[in-house]
Amino acid sequence: MTDFTQMGLKAIRDGVAAGNFTAREVAEAHNDAVAAAAELNAFIVTTPDHALAAADKVDADRAAGKDLGPMAGVPIGMKDLFATKGVQSAAGSHILEGFKPPYESTVSQKLWDAGAGMLGKLNMDQFAMGSSNETSYFGNVASPWKKQGSNATLTPGGSSGGSSAAVAARLCPAATGTDTGGSIRQPAAITGITGIKPTYGRCSRWGIVAFASSLDQAGPMARSVEDCAIMLGAMAGFDPKDSTSIDAPVPDWVRLLDADLAGKTVGIPREYRVDGMDAEIEASWEEGKQWLRDAGAKVVDVSLPHTKYALPAYYIIAPAEASSNLARYDGVRYGLRDLPEGAGLQDMYAATRSAGFGHEVKRRILIGTYVLSAGFYDAYYTQAQKVRTLVQKDFMDAFEQCDVILAPTTPTAAFALGEKTDDPLSMYLNDVFSVPASLAGLPAMSVPATLNSDGLPLGLQLVGKPMDEQGVLNAGLAIEQRAGFTAQPEKWW
Amino acid sequence: MSVTREEVAKIASLARISMDEAALDHMVPELNNILAFVEQLGEVDTSNVEPMAAVIPQDQRLRDDVIDADPLTGGGRRHDVLANAPVAEHGFYGVPKVIE
Repeated sequence: MTDFTQMGLKAIRDGVAAGNFTAREVAEAHNDAVAAAAELNAFIVTTPDHALAAADKVDADRAAGKDLGPMAGVPIGMKDLFATKGVQSAAGSHILEGFKPPYESTVSQKLWDAGAGMLGKLNMDQFAMGSSNETSYFGNVASPWKKQGSNATLTPGGSSGGSSAAVAARLCPAATGTDTGGSIRQPAAITGITGIKPTYGRCSRWGIVAFASSLDQAGPMARSVEDCAIMLGAMAGFDPKDSTSIDAPVPDWVRLLDADLAGKTVGIPREYRVDGMDAEIEASWEEGKQWLRDAGAKVVDVSLPHTKYALPAYYIIAPAEASSNLARYDGVRYGLRDLPEGAGLQDMYAATRSAGFGHEVKRRILIGTYVLSAGFYDAYYTQAQKVRTLVQKDFMDAFEQCDVILAPTTPTAAFALGEKTDDPLSMYLNDVFSVPASLAGLPAMSVPATLNSDGLPLGLQLVGKPMDEQGVLNAGLAIEQRAGFTAQPEKWW
Repeated sequence: MSVTREEVAKIASLARISMDEAALDHMVPELNNILAFVEQLGEVDTSNVEPMAAVIPQDQRLRDDVIDADPLTGGGRRHDVLANAPVAEHGFYGVPKVIE
């Protein structure tokens, strides 16, 4: 009997379209896998009926000879940051626990219109603030991966940690993620899957709970470059309801996928080679260069001089925007209300926000409030926005000499839960390679490269020119074909 | 630059987050570590640099000035608007008494 959970997005879609099996069979197999994986805690809410209803519609459409969408028959996981009509959308937080939106986010609606079904809402760091999925109000997510010879529970990365764990554990062939400073790429890298953050503005942010609006972008997480290209095609597109949505046609990324890089130049940013770099990460980066040369590309050194300042700029800009965005949670219109006996309105706000936000969220709101406050605004916020201009200019200068940039996705493989929670800065440093592309709004992807000596996945990152998702996907495909990464975690859950 | 305990209490009050003494004890050193880390931005010469306004250049789009341009966010949605309210009374949000 076919094990549907081992199949990728395209294989499922094509098999359903060809009549080799029904969408319902596929949905049932994945619903069962989700139900059996409670130990991973990848899902906050499961929606087996949604998956089955979508599958039945696809099966009926096929029987009636109707055209099927690009995601027809594919059951996916939906990150909890997306508003889904009638289904709790809590952004991993207590303050939004029980919130059932009366509307559907643009991206999720597009996926349902393309024929996908929803297995459930995926766990995540609270308000997408975190790199290890340890800030969720609904508990940590366990990575399906374990270090060789160790039983310690590892992080699936964050903030899209439910998404990465579910895709790596074969609970779903694909999932949505969102990326503000690396939240698609970092979890994808450390769980051995593929994920792409498109150019800022490609995917509508309408109906996605806002963290840092100038950085937030949605994207797909799946197990191959082609599956990501298919899903991104279904998610992307102009949306008048998002004022920063790009009004440009969505290219046919899948049709134009081409791993022949003859005539292309790949840039290697020398500032990413940091002192004390993990030797295995460095070796995999070297191997990546060879793979791209083998695919026909020329490899050159490039310089991104302000790389060092990207992370500190990010930790001003993102909290500043978050402190503003999260001001809406006041205990009046939706979500939690904490009204102490005899309290007035102001006390209700303060009590609600104290009870409803976790520590990491509070810390970022306070940093944001401070850097935006009178007397400090120019020294912190304006300076950070100037540095952001310089970070972007670095990339534009580098793209005079190359078409795509290759770098590691993360500075280390997966770490154990609890290992970095006491030191916010060491946690933040996880995103050191992913944040610069976010600040510059560029398309960036992580593709699995290899396993390290502990048996844990390492990813390689490709960063492209604005609007050039194709260049990123093509270089990603060239790596995928040469890496031959087929490892998957041994089932223990 | 660093922040004192009193300043953190003030910021928390501005952000409408109530914090007890223990929470402040925990928060003050963490904020100071982060502020020390971001301090390095001061090294960058930005004298001739414009602060970024938009990462992808875009024109401001305006929708037509008509009632109910988007039925989802137009009028007549009181039930949906109040559906998630912690307290809704007589078709309005319920809040503690603000005027004596």
